Amino acid sequence: MSGKTASTTNNIAQARRTVQQLRIEASIERIKVSKASADLMLYCEEHAKKDPLLVGIPASENPFKDKKTCILL
Amino acid sequence: MCDQTFLAVVFGPCDKCSKEKPLRAVYIKSEQLSYCSLCVEMVWLHENETLASLKNEAETLKGKLEEERAKLHDVELHQVAERVEALGQFVMKTRRTLKGHGNKVLCMDWCKDKRRIVSSSQDGKVIVWDSFTTNKEHAVTMPCTWVMACAYAPSGCAIACGGLDNKCSVYPLTFDKNENMAAKKKSVAMHTNYLSACSFTNSDMQILTASGDGTCALWDVESGQLLQSFHGHGADVLCLDLAPSETGNTFVSGGCDKKAMVWDMRSGQCIQSFETHDSDINSVRYYPSGDAFASGSDDATCRLYDLRADREVAIYSKESIIFGASSVDFSLSGRLLFAGYNDYTINVWDVLKGSRVSILFGHENRVSTLRVSPDGTAFCSGSWDHTLRVSA
Repeated sequence: MSGKTASTTNNIAQARRTVQQLRIEASIERIKVSKASADLMLYCEEHAKKDPLLVGIPASENPFKDKKTCILL
Repeated sequence: MCDQTFLAVVFGPCDKCSKEKPLRAVYIKSEQLSYCSLCVEMVWLHENETLASLKNEAETLKGKLEEERAKLHDVELHQVAERVEALGQFVMKTRRTLKGHGNKVLCMDWCKDKRRIVSSSQDGKVIVWDSFTTNKEHAVTMPCTWVMACAYAPSGCAIACGGLDNKCSVYPLTFDKNENMAAKKKSVAMHTNYLSACSFTNSDMQILTASGDGTCALWDVESGQLLQSFHGHGADVLCLDLAPSETGNTFVSGGCDKKAMVWDMRSGQCIQSFETHDSDINSVRYYPSGDAFASGSDDATCRLYDLRADREVAIYSKESIIFGASSVDFSLSGRLLFAGYNDYTINVWDVLKGSRVSILFGHENRVSTLRVSPDGTAFCSGSWDHTLRVSA
């Protein structure tokens, strides 16, 4: 009897928390996907030149790539 | 007969209607009251109504959330990215193979010096490697198997690891041959289920952990004190990633409840949540600018979520890819997304256009962990084939 009321009180507490969380999430400020995409693209463009895996850096500068051995002529 | 329990029936004035009747104990807002049976029925009815109305409100709010998100969905990322130049052919090869673990490699992390790597394995061993020379610099045996998480401290002077022991322990790294690393071990975090991920924050002083008990937690390393806990996932939390330092005190976590949640570290509040994956999220990683994050899941897709648009903006998938993605990371500029899969391969995706640019073979079992080095010159992948490979 009191057990049943206790479990429904639990459910209510949980439901209240869910509603509160959803209220917070619904109220945040959002921007358009076009603007967000444009910003992502801008970031990529600005940093592309410095990205070793994207543009590749000379083997001599990359500690992982094997350096060419020098040949004595 | 002695086993029978008798319900003591109290007769008296009901706390609600004041009538003299047999009373029952009832809990309203944690207070114990005595109500007659009629009033007890009324309480149940009222609570059921409240529960129903709350559930209704929850559904309405969810619908409103979807509507708001849809309003701003004016274009797809790959459409906007059509004017970006396509990427050329990539030639990436394994440059170093780190052998030494006796069992599946489960996790790895780079040191900020861009050269050292810490990795942990199912056999309980945690090893610190010099990736340039492939030498092992430190090795420690944990008291448990399945060390699922490991992390390098920002200073490079300590490592953190944990797994089935439900704890996260910090080991200071010492080059003194006479010192036993295990002796200086410090237990920092305590969860009630396995530790799935850990990461130092901007300093050596705080650690963020994720656990199979469904929570994430922020700990002070020195005192072992719990600073903040994050509740909200409906199932095991499998991964987490901290926002790049310029963008502030947030982190993202992914779990078996298919949700990715973004948290405010100071308040413990969940700020945003995304639920578009069809299965467990194994890995989450912030985009370098901090405005978005990628996730890899058992549903064989990786997805990109933009935080300011509050929605998923790209899916990286192919019909031919049917195995789960275990681990994802971005290249330095954020243009490339490296993802390790359970079919032993690593797929490289063009983040903006949504297409695959390269596929790397080499591992002989599932790829369990993958991280790009801090300066972006290479990436390291760990696998169930007991090895780690550094590729560039």
